[in-house]
Amino acid sequence: MGKRVAVVGFGQTKGRSSRKDVNGVEIINEAVVAALADAELTIDDIDAIVIGNMDHFEGINYVDSWSVEGSGGVMKPIFKVTTGGTTGTTVAMCAYYHAASGMFDRVLAIGWEKNSESDTTGAIITAFDPVWERPNLGGAIAGLALEASKYMDNYEVTERDGARVAVRERLHALNNPYAHLHQEWMKGMEVDQLVELLVTSEQNQVLAYPLRMSDMCPRSDGAAAVIFASEDVAEKIAPIPAWMVATANRHNFALAGDVDMDRNTTMASASKAAFEKAGIKEPLKEIDVCELYLPYSYAGLKWMEDLGFCGYGEGPKLLWDGVTDMDGELPVNPSGGVMSSNAIGATGLIRVGEAAIQIMGKAGTRQVPKDVNFALATGFGGCYWADVMLLGKKKPA
Amino acid sequence: MDVENIIYHGRIKVPYKWYVGETGSRFFIGLRDNKELWGNRCPKCDRVYVPPIKTCWECFVPTKEWVKLKDTGTVESFTVTHYSEGVAPKDVPIIYGLIKIDGADGSLLHFIGDVEPGDVSVGMRVKAVFAEERTGSILDIKHFVPSNE
Ligand SMILES: [Zn+2]
Repeated sequence: MGKRVAVVGFGQTKGRSSRKDVNGVEIINEAVVAALADAELTIDDIDAIVIGNMDHFEGINYVDSWSVEGSGGVMKPIFKVTTGGTTGTTVAMCAYYHAASGMFDRVLAIGWEKNSESDTTGAIITAFDPVWERPNLGGAIAGLALEASKYMDNYEVTERDGARVAVRERLHALNNPYAHLHQEWMKGMEVDQLVELLVTSEQNQVLAYPLRMSDMCPRSDGAAAVIFASEDVAEKIAPIPAWMVATANRHNFALAGDVDMDRNTTMASASKAAFEKAGIKEPLKEIDVCELYLPYSYAGLKWMEDLGFCGYGEGPKLLWDGVTDMDGELPVNPSGGVMSSNAIGATGLIRVGEAAIQIMGKAGTRQVPKDVNFALATGFGGCYWADVMLLGKKKPA
Repeated sequence: MDVENIIYHGRIKVPYKWYVGETGSRFFIGLRDNKELWGNRCPKCDRVYVPPIKTCWECFVPTKEWVKLKDTGTVESFTVTHYSEGVAPKDVPIIYGLIKIDGADGSLLHFIGDVEPGDVSVGMRVKAVFAEERTGSILDIKHFVPSNE
């Protein structure tokens, strides 16, 4: 068993469709400087750095050394971790493990992406099998549409249900100054009215049935940095550290045709393992807030079921009952989530940082109106990679 | 087994572009519009960076002070390549030099030209020759040539 570890600092840039004023190294620096300021540390206090992005988005393959000017990694141990969509959560896990190992007390985790610097779909296709899938199916949208389509058929789910998830995420984003999408026009409108607009508007183009523009995440430029500290120093750095309670990850790399389209089995398995480790029996009652990597709307229905927050087919009811809204029993994505900001390599790490600040009470205008003892963060990536991290206010036993 | 080994040829081209950022842009604009080399100085360690950088990697502080530099320097090291990789903007032989610009710390990687490869030496004084058509890239310097300055 390693040392207990907590998040003690978090910094991020505001998501934007393109940051023309900075290069990759410079956007990394903005997040690092913000995280250090948040923890009231200097770069000299950092013992090791873990950094990640998806190499193909910027075409730079040695990001760890290329970015030292921005990351502050000069003459420090640096590790690059890249696992696709889950990169940010995997970076967080790797930083956590480093601090838990007892070899590094303060570990800086960095995730970043400048999606404006390439063609996102073109780059994502390079993650698919070159012989069997690149020629015919590739990118993120069509694959997710296949999943949504199956889920709709299984449980008589409608496009309105999907749209209701999009409405929640975009309304929450209005509270988050760092979110990329701020759809001000939504302010003051009724949820039903917004849902109706999204499923009927001709401007809201269908990309791959049933997915429309509004069902998808944007592509963003952004960076995030989270500081992990071992139990030897965490409480000296942060008045309320956000402790790592349990983590799990699952992969079942497969061709699209091999994926179980009925259930998100990796997310189900990873969350079950993490909850068991934490002694959580009733996730809906015991977890106080979630920052979930929901890259598209229907994930906010089906994956809620796989995470054990409700039974199969009950995702829509949980949603329409308002359980996952800001004032609900289990607020999901107070930040506005991935559907409001998606600088891919930063995205998972932002989930962890956002979950942490809910525990630390530092979420400002997006702080949920309740006590937060447990916050859940997830990561998701191609081929149904699932990362699950449970954070808590109480120092683990 | 006597099976024909099939090859699938990829067709993916990712159209990359990179934002230079305000710091690098300022350098390229000086080069393009005025044939000037600019570096920036770290307020803490006094090092002058060319190419300019936004944060001193040694001191981790912003390097905001701009310093106009001469277009002359010294060859720190060089090599002559005799093979072509197809991506270099000139024909072989190509003389690559690390040029320590006067007033800067560290060297700029560039070409050395208008000289026989055998006549280049470490410590040689060189001067920048600017490209006729300048577009705001490092190739707005055509190359460095031997100089008495
Ligand atoms: Zn310095």
